[in-house]
Amino acid sequence: MFDFVSFIPRAVMQGIPLLLGSTGETLTEKSGNLNLGIPGTMYVGAISGVIGGFLYESSLPSPEAMNPFLAILIPTLSCLLGAFLMGLLYCFLTVTLRANQNVTGLALTTFGVGFGNFFGGSLIKLAGSDMPYLALSATSNCFRRHLSLGDTTGWFGKVFLSYGWLAYAAVIIALVAGYVLRRTRVGLHLRAVGENPATADSAGINVGRYKYVATCVGSMVAGLGGLYYVMDYASGIWSNNAFGDRGWLSIALVIFTIWRPNVGVIASVLFGGLYILHMYIPSGMNLAIKEIYKMLPYVVTIIVLIITSMRNKRESQPPASLGTPYFREER
Amino acid sequence: MNNVKEPLFHISKRGELPWYKGWLVRGCAVLLALIACAAVTMLVTGENPISIYATIWSGSFGSPRRAWVLFQNIAILLCVSLAVTPAFRMRFWNIGGEGQMLVGGLATAACMICLRDVLPNWGVILCMIVASIIAGAVWGGIPAFFKARWGTNETLFTLMMNYIATQLVAFFIIVWEVPKGAGKIGIINQQSEIGWLPVIGGQKYLLNILVVGAICLAMYVYLNFSKHGYEIAVVGESERTARYVGIKVDRVIVRTMLLSGGLCGVAGMLLVGGTDHTLTTTITAGRGFTAVMVSWLAKFNPIWMVLTSFLIVFLQRGAGEISTSFGLDQSFSDILTGIILFFIIGSEFFINYKINFRHAPKKEA
Repeated sequence: MFDFVSFIPRAVMQGIPLLLGSTGETLTEKSGNLNLGIPGTMYVGAISGVIGGFLYESSLPSPEAMNPFLAILIPTLSCLLGAFLMGLLYCFLTVTLRANQNVTGLALTTFGVGFGNFFGGSLIKLAGSDMPYLALSATSNCFRRHLSLGDTTGWFGKVFLSYGWLAYAAVIIALVAGYVLRRTRVGLHLRAVGENPATADSAGINVGRYKYVATCVGSMVAGLGGLYYVMDYASGIWSNNAFGDRGWLSIALVIFTIWRPNVGVIASVLFGGLYILHMYIPSGMNLAIKEIYKMLPYVVTIIVLIITSMRNKRESQPPASLGTPYFREER
Repeated sequence: MNNVKEPLFHISKRGELPWYKGWLVRGCAVLLALIACAAVTMLVTGENPISIYATIWSGSFGSPRRAWVLFQNIAILLCVSLAVTPAFRMRFWNIGGEGQMLVGGLATAACMICLRDVLPNWGVILCMIVASIIAGAVWGGIPAFFKARWGTNETLFTLMMNYIATQLVAFFIIVWEVPKGAGKIGIINQQSEIGWLPVIGGQKYLLNILVVGAICLAMYVYLNFSKHGYEIAVVGESERTARYVGIKVDRVIVRTMLLSGGLCGVAGMLLVGGTDHTLTTTITAGRGFTAVMVSWLAKFNPIWMVLTSFLIVFLQRGAGEISTSFGLDQSFSDILTGIILFFIIGSEFFINYKINFRHAPKKEA
């Protein structure tokens, strides 16, 4: 019998970084910026949080002296700052200097992954640990703290109440982002910028500002995804390259959800499930077949991509100006 | 309305800039980038800048062996960059070079392993060449088909294809692993050297370099002096114009991507058959992505690409040498590469646009 009660929480925990990453990327893409630097940004967000947590933890005389409020606040703020700077750099290059978005994004990912691994590696050396990882268990415990109700209510608690605060924050952020995009004036303006910046400009919308704000906020949200991965999912253990290709997967999730963050809440769990499905399918001694199962999220994304382009419905298309820089004097 | 303030500066598009001025701007950007890199390295290591630059230099030219490795790396990167260029010229953002290379390498390894007892050495090599081209072409052709037929977004499609290729390679690595349970293939045909590309002139890497040099020239001719090349350029400039003058746009897209993917497959073949003689999921080392930048920096011109790929590989190896000799984490080179790319990407602005400052206010009589 397939063990749903243990499967779903793990799928959710896999899905939350993807949800945050894809919510951030959706906001960015709605402004017409295809930010392929999201994987790098998530790395930077994660390592910035780890640096913040490490500095706070090592400034304390003993782990007992830790203030749980500060232990959450410091890594979160440093994570947001790191991711914000990455978003700012991307905007400066693509919006102000009108550079090619694909190239800038790929460079940003190279930089971000290098940044994360370099400082991660250096911190591991600094901490003098013999293992190739850095453990921030005390900080992580604050992040992982969940309602005590979750332990006493059986399967319901396990499936719905057993997560750290960032998981609930991720769902709320996604729902709020979905609401803002579809129901508010700001969202309407943002979509206009992404669909046709020239029209938006002539309607008096400050295209540059919308692109900057959307991309920077998007980067910060994506950075939180990295933070959640390290602090909650990986129990505060940073090891280089452990984050893997989740950043690219969250870009895939954007397509899968057809640019709707609120759909992402369910879709991210589905993706998380697909990502770990290979551990739950009995394959005996045949390890090779597991590698084939790991393809599933990407195959599903491609199928969605093809179907949306075949149906050619207006609501499910990428923002029309996605990937092109806007220059007012261009005809 | 006289009190309306003129902005401090405004930006306008430049006309064609003479090529030497463009390269002057890029040269300045590289120079600035090197200064920034040295500054960052100094901050981290406390070394003086001269020894940092010396280290960068010795990373590439410190010994004949290093120089050969440098040129070998340039050759492979150049090959992938050349491969993605025709697609970019028609504004088809093929960022799946990574996956197309991987399947090319996979096909090569498959020939080396499965045909070693069946065919003579030259037969295996022939099969490797054909199989790698077909594999790469299929991997590039699938996104192209859907793009041509239904306008499916190619950037995201090719990106996803990379990961499918990675998992496919991971699958076959476990199938072929030696010894069982090791999780890797090791050197293929170490004793018999079947399927290893021949060594010419006593230099292991020379053949790869010559092959890529020939591809580079051929690509230059193909893009600039052939009917196909012209069609690609027209489709890139305006799909509607292309359709109007009777170019079959979908056919051009699929044909160009078959070529692009096939060449990426060749790059994978050179890597597996020519130098590494093994297959891993990370054998491409991000070259498919770096190639996007190499090709773009050279303005999609195959000849300039020699220069840009040299620049990128030189700096990467220099940065790698810095991290080794100063005892830093290897990822430090990624940071430096990132910084250099940011500078070069930023410099394109000054080539394409002009900043006009506000004229000094004239005194009215």
